[in-house]
This record gives sequence, structure tokens and C-alpha cells, in this order.
Amino acid sequence: MKNFKTTILSNQEVSPDYYRMKILAPGISILAQPGQFIMFRSQASDEPLLRRPFGIFQTGMLPSDCDGLPDKEFVEILYKVVGRGTAIMRDLHEGDRVELLGPLGRGFEPADDGREQILVGGGIGLVPLYMLATELVKTNKVRLLIGGRSRKDVLMVTEFERLGVETYVSTDDGTLGEEGPVTQVLERKLGKFPGAAVYACGPMPMLEAVYSICQPRKVDLQVSLEAFMACGVGACLGCVVKGAGHSEERPRYLCTCKEGPVFRAEDLDWQLLEQRVNERGEGHE
Amino acid sequence: MKGGKAMSEMPLSKQPMIGGSDLSVEFAGLRLKNPVMPASGTFGYGEEYSPYMDLNRLGAIITKGLSLRPKAGNPTPRIAETNGGMLNAIGLQNVGMDVFVEQKLPFLKELQTPVIVNFFGNSLEEYGQAAQRLSQIDGISAVELNISCPNVKQGGIVFGTDPLAASEVVSLVRSHINKPLIVKLTPNVTDITVIARAVEEAGADAISCINTLTGLSVDIRRRRPRLANGTGGFSGPALRPLAVRMVYQVVQAVNLPVIGVGGIMSAEDALEFLIAGAHAVQVGTANFVDPAAMIKVVDGLQQFCQDEGVDSISELIGTLHC
Repeated sequence: MKNFKTTILSNQEVSPDYYRMKILAPGISILAQPGQFIMFRSQASDEPLLRRPFGIFQTGMLPSDCDGLPDKEFVEILYKVVGRGTAIMRDLHEGDRVELLGPLGRGFEPADDGREQILVGGGIGLVPLYMLATELVKTNKVRLLIGGRSRKDVLMVTEFERLGVETYVSTDDGTLGEEGPVTQVLERKLGKFPGAAVYACGPMPMLEAVYSICQPRKVDLQVSLEAFMACGVGACLGCVVKGAGHSEERPRYLCTCKEGPVFRAEDLDWQLLEQRVNERGEGHE
Repeated sequence: MKGGKAMSEMPLSKQPMIGGSDLSVEFAGLRLKNPVMPASGTFGYGEEYSPYMDLNRLGAIITKGLSLRPKAGNPTPRIAETNGGMLNAIGLQNVGMDVFVEQKLPFLKELQTPVIVNFFGNSLEEYGQAAQRLSQIDGISAVELNISCPNVKQGGIVFGTDPLAASEVVSLVRSHINKPLIVKLTPNVTDITVIARAVEEAGADAISCINTLTGLSVDIRRRRPRLANGTGGFSGPALRPLAVRMVYQVVQAVNLPVIGVGGIMSAEDALEFLIAGAHAVQVGTANFVDPAAMIKVVDGLQQFCQDEGVDSISELIGTLHC
């Protein structure tokens, strides 16, 4: 895990309100596993105060540009502008200094046993699935089911296709791909490939729908959760979720930052997650 | 100067390395290599932060608040950010004293940094039982008694806001604890000096001040509190002037050493507390913003002392001219 100040390499709009930021990240790109995240803060300001968690989209190496310096390791994140913090991020440019902490958390456990692999992404939730896909395509047939409210909320389809991933797009309003929720595509695919391993990331209602489809079919499911958190290292206990078997008498809280953000579905208490969503409502950015 | 010790009285072997100022402080029977420690609840049980710093560079480590038995904590959401700070209602989730001794303390014992255990109870009886259990544990340099957590519906707040109740709980805990006893005060009172005096008379060795200030943040669309608990404890840099004021008041009111806490983000912030009369400081929310925050505070204090020609940081304590 690294904690340092670094430099933005690029920050580009990829769809209305969605941005892709490439950050110089020596040490992080080598360590990062699919599904892990970083904590990010613009160095220029104390407002907002806390760092924000962002799933790692991709890591890599920029070749040395004949300046005699070694190759530059980078990490890439995608974000949607929804609040004050992300509005500040949108206005950052190449060369701006930022604070980075990572890679953090427990990522996906890729099943490289030749099974069919189905990735389910909702909106910005597709971010951690890209790095996972780059791993999985080496050994498996990979399908991505990607959903969003509208055309502009469906991102990076070409990038996934370039990896050789078969993509299926659906939107709530039918402006791109099939009209309807991504879970209706999942039901069809699981009908065809009942033994598939499923990896999902997206809004909580989508994850719950995915769970309700996978659970009765005994499908191997891993989900990546999003939570508001202060520290990212397991100290503040602000991002906990209730684990399977949780009760008042025998509490079992799991830190999204440390024991997650990726969980095996059977490790979570889904009934109580539902409550949390109701409590959270609009919630944080 | 209260509770401190002048450099000249120290044996030569304890004096600082050549080229650096002496950051060590001494109070309430504790000798710390520097005045910087985490505020309880912002640093886990220490180990969480070991990838980001050398824990031996801290003046002390204060654990997450412990109760005798494990505690589940509050429903989520538990935290919300506000301007210049944050609200939390974690609900004192902790592993309990038995698990602490078995799983957390062995790591801390290996360090060269004194360990201070923060603890609480939800009734007088629980405070007594917890103190009794703590008195049997080796490897702890001091205890910090939480009589001020605003998050738990029964207990906590009741003791810390009433001078009689505060006195009662401190006396009880004192009767069990032979180690230095630090009592952490809540700012949610009309006059903090009244509580500080009560706590002093009841046998406290030191006071940390302040705990979080109770706040409420509203989700305007849902017209509901942003925290599941409703209210939460406000912390962060926006709180600091209020905390410095209360530390100054308490220092004037009692003859106990005070540990200043509230919104410290940098060495400059820590110095405000020391100059106002605190013997040491606790860093809280800043640990969340940057896991290496306390090391930056320690380095900043060293730099300040060198720049200002201060040989020993204890010379600065209580030097505020009003």
C-alpha cells in the first residue's frame, strides 16, 4: 500500500458527466488486483475534507518518452460528476498534484477454471470489471452485461470488446441496446450457461436483483459494493455492512474497505442490505 | 508550568540527539517521546496504520474505545461529511476486552510506544467491571476514561454532562485503576470547567479535552437525518477554535495536565493547543484524511522548534499571553 502525492497525467470526458482520469502511480500499478480501489483527494483543497474511494479501472505503464527517465506506472479511474468532490475533480488538469492511497481492499477472485464468466455492470459500476476482464480473457470466455439509465450511462463498451469480451447492452429508456434492466439479460444468459461464474458491480438495487437471480440457481456470485467511508483502511468503521449470520446478539459487521469491496454473495446479509439501501436513500456521491 | 519537567532536571542520557529539539513531554507519570497521539476511535487498534508509518515514532497510541464485552455499534449510514469536518455515529463498535487482550494487544506490546486504552461502560456497574478487568491487563501505560461519547443512548453523555455523575464514575474507576487515569471530557456542556473540577476532585490524573460536539446534518430531499442514528459527533478542522478555547479554560480551572484534541490537521494546529496549555495533543479526523498525518505533525513540531530556536517543546506549554 502506498500513500503519496502525485501528478495527473490526463483527465478527459468520456460521456456527458463521466470522466476518465489517468494518474502517475509508481508502485500502485504493480500491486493492484482487479476489484481493488484507491482513495483520492485533490491536494489543492481541504474542501471536501475526506478522500474519496474510486475503483481502479486499469493500471499500466507509459513508455519512457526518451527523457532518460524510467517508464511511468499509471492508474486509471472513471468517475461521474455528482457532487462537490467530483466537480472539483472534473476541473483538474494534466500536471495537477493530487493525493493517492492504495491499492486498498480485497478484490475479485477470478475463477480461471474454464467456466463461462459473466460480468454484470450498472452505470459507473463497470469500472472494476475491466481489470477483471483483462485477467479472465486469458483463460475463459467472458461476457459483459452492461446496463444504464440511458445511452450516456453506458461506458467503455469498445474497450471491453477490444479485449475480446462479448458485450450485451441494455438501457432503462431503450436509447442504446435492449430496453429494460440488465438483470433481464442476466436471466437469459444464466438460462443458457447455468454453470457460469458471475461478478457484479453497480447500484445496490441492481446487486440485489442480481443476487435474487443467482441465489436460487446456486450460481457462484461475487459482488463489489460501494460505501461512503472516511479512512479506507479499516479504522473508522463507517463503511460496514452486515455479514451473513449477523444478529443483534452476535453482531457480524464487515468493513467494505478492508474485507471488501468485493464479497462472495454468501458472505453478506442480503435482507439487511436492503434495509440499508432504504435508510440511505439519496445518500452520498 | 504544571506537571512538566524542565530539561535541566533530566539525566543526560534522556536528552535529545544533537541537532534536534527535544520533543519529549512528561505529565501524569507518563514520559512520551513527543506529545502526539491518536484520538480514540480514529486509529483502530494501531495495527491498521502500521503500513503507513513507524508506530514507534508516536508519543503514545490510544486504542479504539473498549467495553468489557464486544459491542455491535449503530446501523449505517454512520458517517457524513460536512463543511470542514464530519459527523460520526459509529456507536462504539469494538471487539471487547477479551479479544483485545488476545488479538490486538500482543502487537502493541512489541512497540516502543506507550499504549493507552480508552474505555467506556453503559452504566456505573459496567464502568466498574471494565476498570476491574483493565487493572488485570499488563502492557498498558495508562487508561483514558470515556465519559463523553454522545452516540450511545444510555450512559456516556449522562456521566459527562453532570458533575455529580462524572465524579461518581471517576471515583469508582479510580478505586480499581493504579495506572495514570486520563478522563476525556465532552464539550456538550454549558461550562466545561465545572466538570473538569469535579473530575479532578474525584481523582483523575489528567484530562483530555474535547470529545466530539453533537451535531445534526439533514438530507433535505428526504427530510431525514443523514445518519441512521439521527445525531452524530462532529469533528474536524472546523471544530478547532472551540476546542482550543475549552482547553485553555480547563487549564486555567484545574491543576491537572490536559491533552488537547479537536480538529488538529497539522503541526501548527497542535502548537495552538500546546501554547494554550496542553501537555500533549491527540490527532483524530486527520488520520482519516491522511493515514500518515501524525508523522507529519511530529516532523512539523521538530521543524518549528528548530526554526524558532526552541530547545525543548515543553518550554512552549502554556505560554499564551491573554
